[in-house]
Amino acid sequence: MSATTAELQPGTTPAVPEPAVKAVRRAFSTRWASVAVVVIAVLWTIPTLGLFITSFRPAADVANSGWWTFFQNPSITFSNYSSVLLGGGYNTAGGLSSFFVNSLVIAIPGALFPLAIATMAAYSLAWVPFRGSDWLFFAIFALQVVPLQMALIPLLRLFSTGFHIGNVQVFPPMQFNDSAWAFSRLWIAHTMFALPLAIFLLHNFMSQLPRDLMEAARVDGANHFVTFRKIVLPLALPAIASFAIFQFLWVWNDLLVALTFGNTTTQPLNARLEQQVGNFGSHLELLTAGAFISIIVPLIVFLSLQRYFVRGLLAGSVKG
Amino acid sequence: MRTATDWNAVLQDALPKFGAATIAVIVFFAILLLVFLAAGYASGRIARPITILILLGPAILLMIIGLVIPAIRTVVLSFYDANSIKFVGGANYHYAFTNPDIQRVLINTAMWIIITPIVATALGLFLAILIDKMKHESVAKSLIFLPMAISFVGASIIWGLVYEWRQNTPGTNQVGLLSQIVIWLGWKNPPDWLLWQPWNTFLLMVIMIWVQTGFAMVVLSAAIKNVPGDVLEAASLDGATGFGLFRRITLPMVRGTVIVVLTTIMIAVLKIFDIVATMTGGNYSTSVLANEMFNQTFVQGDAGHGAALAVVLFACVIPLVVYNVVQLRKERTVR
Repeated sequence: MSATTAELQPGTTPAVPEPAVKAVRRAFSTRWASVAVVVIAVLWTIPTLGLFITSFRPAADVANSGWWTFFQNPSITFSNYSSVLLGGGYNTAGGLSSFFVNSLVIAIPGALFPLAIATMAAYSLAWVPFRGSDWLFFAIFALQVVPLQMALIPLLRLFSTGFHIGNVQVFPPMQFNDSAWAFSRLWIAHTMFALPLAIFLLHNFMSQLPRDLMEAARVDGANHFVTFRKIVLPLALPAIASFAIFQFLWVWNDLLVALTFGNTTTQPLNARLEQQVGNFGSHLELLTAGAFISIIVPLIVFLSLQRYFVRGLLAGSVKG
Repeated sequence: MRTATDWNAVLQDALPKFGAATIAVIVFFAILLLVFLAAGYASGRIARPITILILLGPAILLMIIGLVIPAIRTVVLSFYDANSIKFVGGANYHYAFTNPDIQRVLINTAMWIIITPIVATALGLFLAILIDKMKHESVAKSLIFLPMAISFVGASIIWGLVYEWRQNTPGTNQVGLLSQIVIWLGWKNPPDWLLWQPWNTFLLMVIMIWVQTGFAMVVLSAAIKNVPGDVLEAASLDGATGFGLFRRITLPMVRGTVIVVLTTIMIAVLKIFDIVATMTGGNYSTSVLANEMFNQTFVQGDAGHGAALAVVLFACVIPLVVYNVVQLRKERTVR
């Protein structure tokens, strides 16, 4: 803990030259802070590094030695990845590639749909006020409190039996079995669960757009739909992008919704991997390769879009 | 069975799926565009109600069907039996608080809520303070924040490798890092970590701490940077140094943020499902509330028990969220 007890320095350079002792102490404390942070950063990275290295080692090496022995006895193979992706390794048809496809097919519409619906709703709540719209906004805001778990059982029943009043079918059951349309259950579920937070965040952003701009558009004869498309959408793009990234990653990383509303056709990578941990735990080289395939997409998003990513993540960290 | 290089089969599987997704997205946006264009012609007194209906209607409808009604239904179901046919009064809640297995679950959940957020926030604060002194921070900061991007399933597999265990007999090499480290440190026969009660729960918490520390660090680091330099300077002119300066000046100024981070992690921890499901499936006394809710409902097929546990979870989340929101409001008005 030596670093915490060291001095906290103000950001500016003092006008008076420091005494030599103090300058040395300051440099020293900065040095120790850097060392401590680097040590922790390395510690934080080692588990992921272990996964990464294991996924490239031959099966026999993985079974008989720890990944850290790789540095004394380096041998690399790509066969774990090819067998995991295309089959052969996991005792199923097609390997993980079809689950990777499922993850994409769930996550892209699962991010686009709520985004579009929430953007419209947020604009309406911010710029088309009506009696009770404040109250409605507060109700949506409060809905964020409801955990996913509260919706699972009734929503699943709605999907499987539909909804009817008496003999009139108001809402048909959504049974698609092995058709590609089975994904629509997941798209709808993810859209529903994303809306409260999405509307809240986008509303906060949109309500801060300059009023003059909206009024100028009105004077020019634009109706709300034109204003929305031509003025609000372009201006709100950074906020929309942040939330899009957050929602995409949330859906990509989700397990609970996929397990509840999905079937074997729609199983995403995460659900598949969760199953494999039990069944194929002894084949660590395959499990690690599969896990790496599942985390590579979020990592790429993180590394390339870090600014948007952090903003979206921090704003959305209460979701679920 | 497909052969290892059968890309054709992969394509045959992928094309209908991508096709369905593409059609769904195109149809969805085409309908939106058409409705927008058509509604643009509405004029006079009906223009405004139609605008509101089109913009707000879909969202409201989806939230009512997907969240409001199900939440109310879940509360109702928690008073019914396993098949939701017979009214059983408070029997499910009685079960939830008296069954020894569920009591264990509640104790585990309580430990998760207390320990994980405190450790993650403390570590995050410690890192944020250190990072505040550094000139080049970005790479280290990114590395610590990185786990936040990884799914809980991915994180669990990463740590599953760390906790991998082999009976320590001559000729056997350890594959898991934790086993190897404690053997190097002189512990002859370490236990099978995930079966090692009650410590296995703490080993699972480590995963959550690993993920959440970066979050705490990033938020707190931003808060510390917001502490005005002249306040610190004035305090240091008055003779405050080092830890005293931090405790008297910086800490009180970021106190609100610390509480927000703490409660945010608590809410996330309450809903934690993936880590326990992936690592132990809730076995070996490691189950927590969200995991048990899923098990009771979909594995045991008891909707009554599941609904009651969901309501208990909900009841635990409410005060945290309310407190969090009040704190956030306060933060905003201060700034």
